[in-house]
Amino acid sequence: MNSSNARNVGIVIVSHSPKIAEGAADMVRQMVGNAVPLAWTGGDVDGGLGTNVAGILEAIETAWSPAGVAVLVDLGGAETNSEMAVEMLPEDRRARVVICNAPVVEGAVIAATESSGGSPLAAVKRSAEEFYA
Amino acid sequence: MSLDRAAREKLVRALAASVIEHADELTNLDQAIGDGDHGLNMKRGFGAVIATLPGLADKSLPEMLKTIGMTLVMKVGGASGPLVGTFFMELGNALPEQPARADLVAATDKAINAVKARGRSEAGQKTLLDVLVPVQAVLAGGGDARAIAAEAAQAADRTTPMLAIRGRASFLGERSIGHMDPGSRSASLLIGAAVNVLEFEASS
Repeated sequence: MNSSNARNVGIVIVSHSPKIAEGAADMVRQMVGNAVPLAWTGGDVDGGLGTNVAGILEAIETAWSPAGVAVLVDLGGAETNSEMAVEMLPEDRRARVVICNAPVVEGAVIAATESSGGSPLAAVKRSAEEFYA
Repeated sequence: MSLDRAAREKLVRALAASVIEHADELTNLDQAIGDGDHGLNMKRGFGAVIATLPGLADKSLPEMLKTIGMTLVMKVGGASGPLVGTFFMELGNALPEQPARADLVAATDKAINAVKARGRSEAGQKTLLDVLVPVQAVLAGGGDARAIAAEAAQAADRTTPMLAIRGRASFLGERSIGHMDPGSRSASLLIGAAVNVLEFEASS
């Protein structure tokens, strides 16, 4: 690791299922320990399967890094709600959050591994997206 | 068109009732070709909107619409939250406090474009756009309340034979054919409730 943990690109995991989101986060931690800021969110506001914008905003805040945050999502609503959340961020943060077009579990682990080496946001996103391309 | 406070509250309650009373139907439609949460999600979203009354109706029409939109974005849960919420927020951004019919035509056009951008979708893909777009055309063409409500219902019906291109239903491929799109149904319910309160008169 060539940079302190909190300065590496943050990883946010968004799944309809809180169990999947938490489990994917566990897999990330197993791979990179505390080398990257990490947060997960899943479920609708009542705790059922779904995603919610407030939870995503909170996760982005938790995983915030000056290097930016890469968001991994599962199905449609997770992506739409994540895009909505990014638009609601303060303007200076908006450009430093990317949503990766990658499978949520594999993408999160690969992105976090890339981030743990101190790579910039674009490289983190690319690593997640190219793995299955 | 001038909506006083009582009319604004009536409008909010009618919108909410239209989807809450049909929540089971929306869920059944979504169980056929989606993840089965549309009725529950819309019920939760509009329940949250109702909970902001009576203060919500104290706001001007544009501010009220923006607040409704933001509440739906935050509470609905599925992709419908950002999609329907964006529609209301953009209406609120575009409408003056005392809109004329032409203002409504222009504002709905802007709001529909925002929904298209949010969902990266166009009409013809078995989504709520298949109701919003033709209904907006009737509005722009001077149709009265009855014509608008009729088009909304018919447009939702017309999604039944469509192949889903966007959303969870697209996973089903050709099996999505033969089922009405739940998002189109909820959009038609909301439009029917709105025109019933607003009582448009044909402009031509």
